[in-house]
Amino acid sequence: MAMLEVKNLGISFGGLRAVNGFDITIEKGQLYGLIGPNGAGKTTVFNLLTGVYRPDNGNILLDGQEIAGKKTIEISKAGIARTFQNIRLFSDMSVLDNVKAGLHNHHVYSAVAGIFHLPSYQKEEKLMNEKAMELLQVFELEGEAEILASNLPYGKQRKLEIARALATDPKLLLLDEPAAGMNPNETQSLMDMIRFVRDHFDMTILLIEHDMRLVSGICEELSVLNFGEVLAQGRTEDVLNNPQVITAYLGE
Amino acid sequence: MKKRMNKTAKQNAITYGIVILAYIIMQSMLMTGHISSSLSGLLVPFCYYVILAVSLNLTVGYLGELSLGHAGFMCVGAFASVFFTKCMEDVITVSLVRFMLALLVGALVAALFGVLIGIPVLRLRGDYLAIVTLAFGEIIKNLVNVLYVGKDSSGLHFSIKDAMSLGMEPGGTTIINGPQGITGIAKDSNFTIGIVLVLLTLFIVLRLISSRDGRAIKAIRDNRIAAESIGINITKYKLMAFSVSAALAGLGGALYAHNLSTLSATPKNFGYNMSIMILVYVVLGGIGSIRGSVIAPVVLNLVLDYFLRKFQMMGDNVVLQFLSDNRMLVYAILLIALMLFSWSPKAIEWRERVFHKKQPKEAE
Amino acid sequence: MSFLNYLISGISLGSVYAIIALGYTMVYGIAKMLNFAHGDVIMVGAYTVFIATASAGLPTIPAIILSMIVCTALGMAIEKVAYRPLRNAASPLAVLITAIGVSYLLQNLALLIFGSNTKSFTSAVNFPAIKLAGGQLNITGETSVTILACVLIMIGLTLFINKTKPGQAMLAVSEDKGAAQLMGINVNGTIALTFAIGSALAAIAGVLLCSAYPSLTPYTGSMPGIKAFVAAVFGGIGSVPGAMIGGILLGIIEIFGKAYISSQMADAIVFAVLIVVLLVKPTGLMGKKIQEKV
Repeated sequence: MAMLEVKNLGISFGGLRAVNGFDITIEKGQLYGLIGPNGAGKTTVFNLLTGVYRPDNGNILLDGQEIAGKKTIEISKAGIARTFQNIRLFSDMSVLDNVKAGLHNHHVYSAVAGIFHLPSYQKEEKLMNEKAMELLQVFELEGEAEILASNLPYGKQRKLEIARALATDPKLLLLDEPAAGMNPNETQSLMDMIRFVRDHFDMTILLIEHDMRLVSGICEELSVLNFGEVLAQGRTEDVLNNPQVITAYLGE
Repeated sequence: MKKRMNKTAKQNAITYGIVILAYIIMQSMLMTGHISSSLSGLLVPFCYYVILAVSLNLTVGYLGELSLGHAGFMCVGAFASVFFTKCMEDVITVSLVRFMLALLVGALVAALFGVLIGIPVLRLRGDYLAIVTLAFGEIIKNLVNVLYVGKDSSGLHFSIKDAMSLGMEPGGTTIINGPQGITGIAKDSNFTIGIVLVLLTLFIVLRLISSRDGRAIKAIRDNRIAAESIGINITKYKLMAFSVSAALAGLGGALYAHNLSTLSATPKNFGYNMSIMILVYVVLGGIGSIRGSVIAPVVLNLVLDYFLRKFQMMGDNVVLQFLSDNRMLVYAILLIALMLFSWSPKAIEWRERVFHKKQPKEAE
Repeated sequence: MSFLNYLISGISLGSVYAIIALGYTMVYGIAKMLNFAHGDVIMVGAYTVFIATASAGLPTIPAIILSMIVCTALGMAIEKVAYRPLRNAASPLAVLITAIGVSYLLQNLALLIFGSNTKSFTSAVNFPAIKLAGGQLNITGETSVTILACVLIMIGLTLFINKTKPGQAMLAVSEDKGAAQLMGINVNGTIALTFAIGSALAAIAGVLLCSAYPSLTPYTGSMPGIKAFVAAVFGGIGSVPGAMIGGILLGIIEIFGKAYISSQMADAIVFAVLIVVLLVKPTGLMGKKIQEKV
C-alpha cells in the first residue's frame, strides 16, 4: 500500500480553480518532488494535505487512512509534518524548546504534574530532552540548543524547522522549498541531509523546490503542476525531458 | 542539560528571593515600629498589585494577547470570595480557615468566568481580543452593580432590580446590595497572607511556563500556524493560559476585597482604568518578565506614591509635587517612551549601533 | 409616542457614534491599528470649543473651525510621533499599547490643564426644536443638526474616497500598502491624511456630543470612543457605510436598552452587542473576510 495516495483533489478560491483533479501516489521511503512555475498551486497542495484548507473534493489517503477534510491537528497526529516556505519557527523560544514543542503529543503529562514536578513530569521531560538532543545532533545544531531560534543563521533555521517537524514522528514529511535562499554549498549539504533523513528515519518525503539541481539530484519521482493541474508525472529524468514541461517552464 | 535546568532554577530562585527579602525587611520594620502608617497601609496593596501584574503577564507575555478586562476577573474573585465569607461567617468561625476557603472560591469562580469568557473571546486575536476583553470587564462591573442577593431562613434570594424585590422574610439580611455592594467585611487580609499568595502565584506561573503546557502556550504566541502544524491544540492552550490568568486575578481580587470593610464595584477599582493600570505595571516591568511584574508595581507605587509625598513634606519641591500629583501622566509618558524605545525598528537599529555587540541572546 | 421619541434620540446619539466610528474605521482600514486615543481627541475638540467660546468669546462657527484645526494637528502629531515609528514593529501589541498610552496622556494632560471638575458645555447648536403631533414628538435642535451633520459627512466622505485622487490613494493603501508604494503612492502621507480627516471629524463629534450631553470632563471622550469602536466593528471595520449603520444601530440599541431594560445596564447591553456580532459575524455587517496567508 502507498504511503500517500491522493485522488482527484480540488479547491477553488472565489471562483478561481486553484487546484484541480490532483492525483499523486507516493510509496513508503520515496523522495518525491513537486515542481511547477510560480503560482501553479504547489503550496496550496501542501495546505490541502495538512488541513490548512479544506478540499472541495477528492480523497487523501495516508497509509490507507482517509484524512481529507480533517483538521490540521488531527492530520499532524495522523502523521504528516511540514516545513514552511517562509520559515515559521517559534522565534522567542530556544532551539531545544522548538524541537521539544514538536514532541508535544508524544510525551504527555498533566498541567498539575508540570506545576508540582511530579514523577511523570521528571520522566517525560528527561525523555524529551534526550530525544530532542538526538535530533539536534542529526542536524548539527546541538551546540546551539540554548540560544533563541531567531538568533540562528538562516540556513540553520531551515534545518531546525525540519528537526521540529521530525520530532512529531511523522510518516510523511512535507518540505516547502527547503533550499530557498541557500547558496550552492548550503544546498549541497541540505541535499545530503535530506537523503540522510530519509535513510536514517526511513522517512517518506514530498518536497516543493525550484532549485533544479536539488530536484534532479535527490528526487526519484516528480509531479509537475501547472495552473493547478498535473502536467506530467513520473521518474525524474523522464519528467525533466518532457517537452511539455520544458515549455511550461521556459515559455513558448 | 543539567546546566540549563540550573540556570532557570537560579533565575526563579532570585525572583522568590526578592519577594522573601522584601517581606523580611518590611516585617522587621513593622515589628520595630520603623514604618509609617501610610507605608504599612500599602503593604497588602503591593501584594495584590503584584499578583495581578504577574497573572496578566501570563496572558500578555506568554499567550501574546492583550487583555483589557483583567479587573473584571479581579472583580469576580472579590465578590465571590466576600460573598462566601459573608455566608459562612457563622458556620466557619476560624477566620484563617474561612479566608483560605474564600480565596479558593474567589480563584475558582474567576477561573470559571475565564473559561466562559475565554471560549468566545479566544477565537479572536489582537485588537479585537483586546476590545472584547475590555467589553467583558465592563459587563461584569455593570452586572455586579445591579445584583442584589439576600439571605434568610429559607435560603438565598436573588434579584437584579432592587433589594425590595428579593422578597425576604422579615429577619433576612441583604448580602449584596446593588451599587452599595457588600458591607461589613471581615478584614482577613494581612501582609503575611499577601506574601504567601504572591509566592503561590509566582510558583504556579513560573512552573507552568517552563512545562510542556507552557511550551505549547509560547509556541502559539510565536507562531500559531506552525504550532497547529505540529499538533498543538490552539484553543485548549489559549484557554488554559487565559483561565489560569483569570483565576490568579480572582485570587488577587479576593485579597483586595478582604482588605476593605465595604466592597462595591466602581469604575475606579474594577473599571478598565484598573485593567490598564495593571497593564502599565506589566509593560513597565517588561512584557514576559515575571520578575519585572513583581518589581514594577512596588517600585512605581513606592516612588510615585510614598517617597514623593515624603520628600514633598520635607521641602516644597515643585517638580516632585507635580510628579506625585500626576502619577497617571507619568505612567502614560513612560508607557509610550518604553514602547517606542523597545519596539520601533529605528530605535532597535540605534541600540545595536551604539551597544554594537550583537551577541546571541540566551533563551530563558 | 415615547417609542418614537426614544427612536429619534437613539438615531441622534447613534449619529455621533457614527461620526466617531468613521475615524476608527478609516484608521483601522488603512493603518491596521486600533487608535485607542481617538475618543480622547473628541474630548480635546470639545474643550477647545469650550475655551474658545466661553473664555475667548469666539462665535460658535469659528470656534468649531478652530477646534477642527487643533484636533487635526493633534491627530497628525500623534500619528507621526507615537504610531509611525512602530508601524513595522515586530510585536503587534506595541502600537496598541502605545495608543493606550496616548489615550492616558491626553486624559491626564486635560486633567492637569482644565482640572477634574465638570464644565457645563453651552450647546453650540442654534436651531429651533421641532414639535410634531401636537407637541408629543419633540425633536431638539441638537438632534436635527447632529443627524444632518452625520448624513452630510457620510456623503462628503464617500465622494472624497471615490472621486478624488487622495481618496483613491487611501483605498489603494488599505488594500495593499506595499503595492501602493510601488505605484508611487505616498503611503506615509496617505496615512497622515487619514488621521487628519478622522481627527477633524472627532472635533465635530465632540461638539455635537457635548451639545446634546453638556457635561465636559477629561474622561468625556473615552466611553463614547470605545462605544464608537464597537459601532465600527458592528458595521464592519474599514467600511464607511458600515460605520454609519453600525453607529446608528448602536445608538438606538443603547437608548432602547436604557428606556426599556435598565438604565444601569445600557453599557453592558452595548458591549454584549459587540460580543454577539464578533461571534456570529466577525467581519461585521458590511465587512470583508480576510484570509491569512500560509
